[in-house]
Amino acid sequence: MIFGFSLLSVAIWLPIIFGVLVLATGSDRNAPLARVIALVGSILGFLVTIPLYVGFDKMTSAMQFVELHDWITHFNIHYHLGVDGISVLFVLLNSFFTPLVVIAGWKVIEKRVAQYLAAFLIMSGLVNGVFASLDAVLFYVFWEAMLIPMFIIIGIWGGPNRVYAAVKFFLYTFFGSVLMLIALLYLYIQSGGSFAILDYHQMAIPMTAQILVFIAFFMAFAVKVPMFPVHTWLPDAHVEAPTGGSVILAAIMLKVGAYGFIRFSMPIVPDASHYLAGAMIALSLIAVVYIGLVALAQTDMKKLVAYSSISHMGFVTLGFFIFNVYGMEGALLQMISHGFISGALFLCIGVLYDRMHTRNIADYGGVANKMPVFAAFFILFAMANVGLPGTSGFVGEFMVIMGSVKVNFWYAFTAATTLIFGAAYTLWMVKRVIFGAVANQHVAQLTDITLREKLMFIILALTVLGMGLYPLPFTEIMHASVSDLLVHIARSKL
Amino acid sequence: MSYLSTLSSAYAEIFLLVMASLILIVDLFVTSPNKTLTYILVQLTLLSCALITVMTHEPGVVHLFNNMFVDDLMSDVLKLLSYLTVSMVLVYSRSYLILRGLFTGEFMVLTLFALLGMMVMISATHFLTLYIGLELLSLSLYAMVALQRDSAIATEAAMKYFVLGALASGLLLYGMSMLYGATSTLEVTAVSDAIKHGVGNKALLVFGLVFMVAGLAFKLGAVPFHMWVPDVYHGAPTAVTMLIGSAPKLAVFAFVMRILVDGLQPLVMHWSSMLAILAVLSMAIGNITAIAQTNLKRMLAYSTIAHMGFLLLGVLSGGIDGYSSAMFYVVIYVLMSLGGFGMIMLLSRQGFEADMLNDFKGLNQRSPWLAFMMLILMFSMAGVPPTAGFYAKLSVLQAAVGAGYTPLAVMAVLFSLIGAFYYLRIIKLMYFDAPETHIPISIQADNGLLISINGLAILALGIMPSTLITVCAVAVQKSLMLQ
Repeated sequence: MIFGFSLLSVAIWLPIIFGVLVLATGSDRNAPLARVIALVGSILGFLVTIPLYVGFDKMTSAMQFVELHDWITHFNIHYHLGVDGISVLFVLLNSFFTPLVVIAGWKVIEKRVAQYLAAFLIMSGLVNGVFASLDAVLFYVFWEAMLIPMFIIIGIWGGPNRVYAAVKFFLYTFFGSVLMLIALLYLYIQSGGSFAILDYHQMAIPMTAQILVFIAFFMAFAVKVPMFPVHTWLPDAHVEAPTGGSVILAAIMLKVGAYGFIRFSMPIVPDASHYLAGAMIALSLIAVVYIGLVALAQTDMKKLVAYSSISHMGFVTLGFFIFNVYGMEGALLQMISHGFISGALFLCIGVLYDRMHTRNIADYGGVANKMPVFAAFFILFAMANVGLPGTSGFVGEFMVIMGSVKVNFWYAFTAATTLIFGAAYTLWMVKRVIFGAVANQHVAQLTDITLREKLMFIILALTVLGMGLYPLPFTEIMHASVSDLLVHIARSKL
Repeated sequence: MSYLSTLSSAYAEIFLLVMASLILIVDLFVTSPNKTLTYILVQLTLLSCALITVMTHEPGVVHLFNNMFVDDLMSDVLKLLSYLTVSMVLVYSRSYLILRGLFTGEFMVLTLFALLGMMVMISATHFLTLYIGLELLSLSLYAMVALQRDSAIATEAAMKYFVLGALASGLLLYGMSMLYGATSTLEVTAVSDAIKHGVGNKALLVFGLVFMVAGLAFKLGAVPFHMWVPDVYHGAPTAVTMLIGSAPKLAVFAFVMRILVDGLQPLVMHWSSMLAILAVLSMAIGNITAIAQTNLKRMLAYSTIAHMGFLLLGVLSGGIDGYSSAMFYVVIYVLMSLGGFGMIMLLSRQGFEADMLNDFKGLNQRSPWLAFMMLILMFSMAGVPPTAGFYAKLSVLQAAVGAGYTPLAVMAVLFSLIGAFYYLRIIKLMYFDAPETHIPISIQADNGLLISINGLAILALGIMPSTLITVCAVAVQKSLMLQ
């Protein structure tokens, strides 16, 4: 409790309140003030989530820090919050990234600064809401509401083709969500008038209905993850979004979709999940292999990392749908680790873009000569993206591969090809951008990263290495929830 | 008890009639071109009506004039909302109409008569009173559309509105006469009883029903009876468009409830399938055609058609849930529609109508606050949380799924996805594009305050919708005769 408010409410509303404060600073004359308020708000927003980790009871899979109030009594909708060992990690991850995004946009964003920073703060609160909601309507409200700031971020501060990307992003995700709404309403009627997600977990549902509900949820979550073949919005959105937008998209937004699978699809309709697992695994493997090959062909750095994200998220969905503890925990670790790594890579590309105003790989070459410190960080994050042992990227991928060996050797074999493709596209990009002789006079004029930029990278580098060398703090907190979830999914609800 | 006190439930209507007539005379002696005195009198009349309605409220259902008129919770709630809406319309339109020399006594008196018509419609339980109320409303609106005499487009709109409106009234009357022929009564509840007891030829009843539904669909603007909506919305002065697009929808909702639910509930099998077709067509045509519009008033007209489709979906789902969701939907719709047309008037200047989509380009740079209000309005119309429009859609969809109309609900959400595209386009114009002009926006303090309250109310209702939903549910539950 903080001043009588429960922790989760503070984690949600504090960033939103600061966002409104930032908005209130108004025009760009007050930009320095807006930046300071945003930084304070985002750091406070992160600090208030730390007690969630420290005070978390690792022994139980039950919901903790629960908060329950009436909200819309006529429909039996509650303001119902709570986190288990899975969602608490994502609340932390999200709150961790908000200050980084504020710092990343500190100098770069010069027009409508207050609106830019406010959008990120408000989104941070809304995303926390998504992870903490235990009421389906509350979840849906946060889920949809977070589209609004992202839409605006891409549309105002994005690249030349930003309008197309923003509208595509919004409509794609909105399409998935509305079908989920129908599924939620069906569950509401079937459960005799409850919107509590945990009630749905216990509810018996006939097979046909399970499959339909699964498909509706799939439309919502697969678009967000994004899974092949509904991934096409992501490269557009990434390429056009400003650096901060790309970071949040990759590090946070994609995780929301994957989280949906483990909070909704699998526990609510376990039989359909088992029945359709083959298809899900197939789509995941296509994402891993095919999208990995697509990444190899990219000439734009952001697009390359975007495709690499899709490929990595394929691992996550693969891990979920093999239904064993290695797969599940590996997938969750992969989600968190991918958050750090892809966020860091987008920040790196942002640093280069701020100086050169191009993301074309061909425009670079020999950056290491001019920006040695930057090059060191970039290579570290690239290695982590490849999954080098000792970095966080390794742990998740390794566990998922191990889990899939137990199910089917060929799943593991196919998934493991990513170790080759991933290395190929990432290291080839590093070679062309960082190494070699100085390619042109623009590169020759580059200056190394400033203290502000160093700060972001040091924090991220420590996290990536820390998680790679000692993942126990992450696994032990999720362990009880994951094993309970697996037991639950194994039970038929027919 | 004197005769007068038995009329207490109709005091508000009587008072409004007296005041409208008085204001008509007083206005002759108001010489200032801004008609400030008339305006204040009208607003005071509306306020007094609200007080009277609250004070004469009685628990339960009170029938008056040989069961031609009813006073129940639903009618009181809808009337209060109508006063509020009309009062907001007047605040929004005052400076707009003054600049165009249209802020005359006639405008305000006609508005009051239109309101009186709505109140009669809301409380009518007899085909004759229903019809009288509808005609009083429609005739006032025909005249108001034509108020701008030298505008060809307004005159054309008025003509279309009049001819098609008269046709719709004819259809309704024809339907009523059929029902009268079958049941030999014009009283809504008596019609219901008669049908329940098997009086009347089934074919004749359904024949009458078809004409009634067609007439109602005309008044609501549901496809395929929607042709007048875009032209009238476009042609009429924006202030009048705002009036047509807001308060009368509350009255028409009551009208639908009285006729279809109170009167023709025994024929629900027949009319719910008719409404299903109307609803799907309205959502489809409304949303798809709106994409092609370049004029914001026309776009909002098509968006209205789509919203009416959603409203019908609530009605046809039936039960307390269905009717209360439809009522909630119409209330939220009115609030959004006021804001949308209010924004057009706010951005208009002397000799300039801000009714083209391109007039909204770069609004975020010219006035971030107005752009933010419009953002809320547009997301609310699209049904994106956390705005009130989402809960309106949610409650209708909940009723539809609950009544077993899941395929219709799926269609409804898919069409609202299409709808989201053109609402997003407004946001895109305001936020992502550069402004075409840098003429500063000058707005009156009262208008600025009202649009802020309007927009923030939609946001606040999106965060705390519980009370209004409950009010609608209780009003419907206490007022309609549901078996």
